[in-house]
Amino acid sequence: MGQPLQFCRGGGCTAKLGPAALSRVLEKLPRPTDPNLLIGAQSSDDAAVYRLTDDLAIVQTLDFFPPMLDDPYLFGQVAAANALSDIYAMGGEVKTALNIVCFPEEMDLNILGEILRGGSEKVLEAGGSLAGGHSIADQEVKYGLSVTGVVHPQRILANNTGKVGDHLILTKPLGVGLLCTAARLGQADPQAFGGAVKSMTTLNKYAAQVAAKYRVHAATDVTGFGLLGHLHEMMRTDLSARIFAHALPVLDTALECADEFYLTAAGQRNRNFAATRAVLHGLTFAQEELLFDPQTSGGLLLAVEEADAGPLLDQLRTLGLPCGDIGTILPRLDAEIIVEP
Amino acid sequence: MEFLVDARGKACPLPVIETRNALREHGAPVVTLVDNDIARQNVEKMARQMGLNAATQQEEGNWRITLTAAAEQGFDPDSQEVADLMENIPPCTVPVQGPTVVVLSADVMGTGDDTLGRALMKGFVYALTQLDEAPDTVLLYNGGAKLSVEGAETVADLQTLAEAGAEILTCGTCLNHYGLTEKLAVGSVTNMYVIAETLAKAGKVIRP
Repeated sequence: MGQPLQFCRGGGCTAKLGPAALSRVLEKLPRPTDPNLLIGAQSSDDAAVYRLTDDLAIVQTLDFFPPMLDDPYLFGQVAAANALSDIYAMGGEVKTALNIVCFPEEMDLNILGEILRGGSEKVLEAGGSLAGGHSIADQEVKYGLSVTGVVHPQRILANNTGKVGDHLILTKPLGVGLLCTAARLGQADPQAFGGAVKSMTTLNKYAAQVAAKYRVHAATDVTGFGLLGHLHEMMRTDLSARIFAHALPVLDTALECADEFYLTAAGQRNRNFAATRAVLHGLTFAQEELLFDPQTSGGLLLAVEEADAGPLLDQLRTLGLPCGDIGTILPRLDAEIIVEP
Repeated sequence: MEFLVDARGKACPLPVIETRNALREHGAPVVTLVDNDIARQNVEKMARQMGLNAATQQEEGNWRITLTAAAEQGFDPDSQEVADLMENIPPCTVPVQGPTVVVLSADVMGTGDDTLGRALMKGFVYALTQLDEAPDTVLLYNGGAKLSVEGAETVADLQTLAEAGAEILTCGTCLNHYGLTEKLAVGSVTNMYVIAETLAKAGKVIRP
């Protein structure tokens, strides 16, 4: 194999545009009027859902980004798992995927081969077919997928349909952004970084299969906007969320990485965005950073009927990744999100 | 002499990490130059976390952040700052006389749907913990007695209220009626005389 991938300025989901900047631009676009577009850009949901018939809708999403790992094969897996995740966050199943590739002309093509091998394996694992793609020459490597899935229109998991009393369950550990940032500077603990890679390459398919057996009212996946940014997308004007920092699933050494100041620009943008929406009571600096840490291929965040939360979590634990019952949905209080130690 | 970190043209975390390393190697003061606002925010955030002072000047699209050891902040009663504060003290208002008493007489809030009512009651008890001033007393009777016993999700919030100085009193007759006498998890048991007296002396009674 050729030379390892060069880390870019901000790999993975840390490369996302900030939520504040993005919403200013998107607000100006004309709104679609087709009534069969069940979920579009307006609800800041994970994927678009379009109804074809009364019992069939298609789910469409795309995601691509620069490397956050120097191993091209693993980067391909992570980018694909991340793109496929949006289908699961809507309650759908994967059908087809198309590669999106940016690659420098002068770089060793074997590297591209490894990226695509990693990606195609994840599409196969998801039960989908890789049906083509598009590539352009670019200064930096970027890779991802455009994915199409299907869902029954009655079983769509929107992100803002949670109910008062629901428990909030997160299916993967936080801290991916902090660990990848430390790794860029050669400062990550190899074993802990291995844990981050395992989490990022794990498909949310398995967590979604568990969730499908229980009364889940709403779901999203936690990616570049961090836990609080995506939790915000689950809230409505009549709901607040109460989160317990001690209950958050965390990757090994992620809090230490925050205490050593391996801070991303995206994490700070996420903090600025959440500043007016969330109240943090007595958290440590590292806990705060964890809440804003941009995740790549993060877990599903589920709003679950209270009585189902325990059994669902027990079954999730058997999948082998740290996960947690991190809080509850309350009737609207003063703040939209309240985080306690 | 201050140490200079020129982090212009560098993306996070490099401005932060190079500043951190300079502080560890040379100690404060350190001056860091950055060319974007998010990097400025991250460097200032680190300074706060380290207990350092950060003074920032903007110059020609760059930011110059000077990190210095925090000076001992003494209190000077003759300072202009204190004089300004004294000037701006709002006029006194006459407060309601007597203690604030919260009455929880059911494990649901409102009537209609009891599943919703239970979720609302949990939210209400939690919201009490978020008030600027905790109530003086929380009285729990009839169905309300189910909120202060083992297994109730409201126990932790009632505990928080107790720690903030609220007296949590649950009706003993009611605990007995529901077979929960041995299960009280927060506060103490009370009787009808105390309930009557507490309500009679209250300045304000809050019933959700």
